[in-house]
Amino acid sequence: MRNPSIRRRTLSVTVLAGVLATLGLAGCGGDSSSGATPAPGPSTVAATLTVKDPWVKAATAGTMTAAFGVLVNDTGADITITSAESPASPMELHEMTMKDGKMVMQPKQGGFVIKARSTHELNPGGDHLMLMKPAAAIEAGDEVSFTLKLADGSTVPFTAIAKPFAGAGESYDPGMAMPGSAPASAMPMGSTAP
Amino acid sequence: MTSRPSPVSRRRLLAGGAVAGLGAVAAAVVTTDRETPVQAAGPDTGTATVPFYGARQAGVAQDPPAHAAFVAFTLAGGTDKRAVARMMRLLTDDAARLTQGEPALGDTDATLAVLPARLTVTFGFGPGLYAVAGQRSPVAELPAFAIDRLDKRWSGGDLLLQICADDPLTVTHTQRMLIKDARPFAAVRWVQQGFRRSPGVQSPEHTQRNVLGQLDGTANPRGPAIDPAVWNADGSTQLVVRRIRAEIEKWDLLSVTDKENAVGRRMATGAPLSGTDEHDEPDFTALDDAGLPKIPDFSHVTRAHVTDPAMKILRRPYNYDGVPNALGHPDAGLIFAAFQRDIARQFVPIQQRLADKDLLNEWITPIGSAVFAVPPGCREGGWIGEQVLA
Repeated sequence: MRNPSIRRRTLSVTVLAGVLATLGLAGCGGDSSSGATPAPGPSTVAATLTVKDPWVKAATAGTMTAAFGVLVNDTGADITITSAESPASPMELHEMTMKDGKMVMQPKQGGFVIKARSTHELNPGGDHLMLMKPAAAIEAGDEVSFTLKLADGSTVPFTAIAKPFAGAGESYDPGMAMPGSAPASAMPMGSTAP
Repeated sequence: MTSRPSPVSRRRLLAGGAVAGLGAVAAAVVTTDRETPVQAAGPDTGTATVPFYGARQAGVAQDPPAHAAFVAFTLAGGTDKRAVARMMRLLTDDAARLTQGEPALGDTDATLAVLPARLTVTFGFGPGLYAVAGQRSPVAELPAFAIDRLDKRWSGGDLLLQICADDPLTVTHTQRMLIKDARPFAAVRWVQQGFRRSPGVQSPEHTQRNVLGQLDGTANPRGPAIDPAVWNADGSTQLVVRRIRAEIEKWDLLSVTDKENAVGRRMATGAPLSGTDEHDEPDFTALDDAGLPKIPDFSHVTRAHVTDPAMKILRRPYNYDGVPNALGHPDAGLIFAAFQRDIARQFVPIQQRLADKDLLNEWITPIGSAVFAVPPGCREGGWIGEQVLA
């Protein structure tokens, strides 16, 4: 957990996954506040990856934006996400990196690896699922469907709600990793993609 | 319960300031429901939660937490029925998470979400929202009352959020998060922030005082009596929010006896002038030694009194206290919030009687007014307002 904006539920899921999975009790990821209804956690025996608390930043048509959430791997093996797809837009897997003294985002080489029995946060300022050029406006409250493709060939579909969000204005550096891509000119997320 | 209350609990009770005078002390000792010792506010105050999902919205029948923000919005011109539905999905999701001590999605200050302190978020729809949805509104603006000095700044609204919690920082964070998510759809019309006694200061069954020192809410329905007054069969209810300025400088000029005649109750105990205990039923036929009614017919309690359980209203008021002016005159009063099944049938007749003749009008002035339908609650996966907007 490298980000201070850890969700409590995520925290309990992580702890439970580590402590209780061996007892066959994983999945009761409720928070511990008195009188609280246990929050719904990942399914008891997650055969694969689950996406918790997904959301996407609302954007106008043609404007780069991003989807976030918590990737939960309840299995005993590492899981690699190789790509993401959405009917809403062409997609890339992005990470944030320091370049020439400023943080920019760039495609994540090798995809996202979620270690066995751990979680991986996608959040503004960190790894995220990039919508390169939405065909239509993604309006606040819209539900957008996504599909994650895993290295073993399986897929994980999920739906994210669109939220108005002022942050996540990272600059985009397509970098040299993208053969045939435009030169590395920093472009803020939220400006119109070329 | 036959055991004697411990001296500690009795002392704490008295320290709470709710009872005074020998008769009241005796009542406090023999009346079981008054023996509950006041619990010190502990860490549980911060982590306590109220379930969000259910057939009825939360934040109505529960004892009011100490702090509240009433946030009213005006729908933007381009916000159509489908957009209102999208907004309500977002706001429902925010409320469902925050009330359980979890950050909202995209919460930029997630650490502020972890102490819900009995947080509730209650949604109300004004007549304008029903117009946008193409439906008949269950509520209509109140008739004009002669006592009203309404300011647009505190009146009307298409959407209301009633945000309540036992901690003001929790209310602040929730208000901020919900306003951010409502912004693409609606403009903030007004915000009224209010307070009651802090958790642990008095046991919850005590009627609280307003800024005029009056016990406010004695006649409220309690427990099972709330149902026939407040809830419709579909789980909906209706909410009146009125901002009532207290003319404290004038009130200060009165003797205690004058104050009691205006209210019809003892200031110290809340007992009707015909009785000895706060919850004694007022006897409007009782006469004093001079042959006059013990409770004057111009008193607030006389004019507001309702006996039919289905015609009562559930008051859930909060005090407000702004900044005094250069002369030291306070800007204080009451955010009068009342729930009932039907505003027109229950609230309006009471308010009309008070407007026509209530001596207390000399010391209070309604300066804001708004009405909202409070739609039913929702199940997990659903959203507030789906019956109206889906």
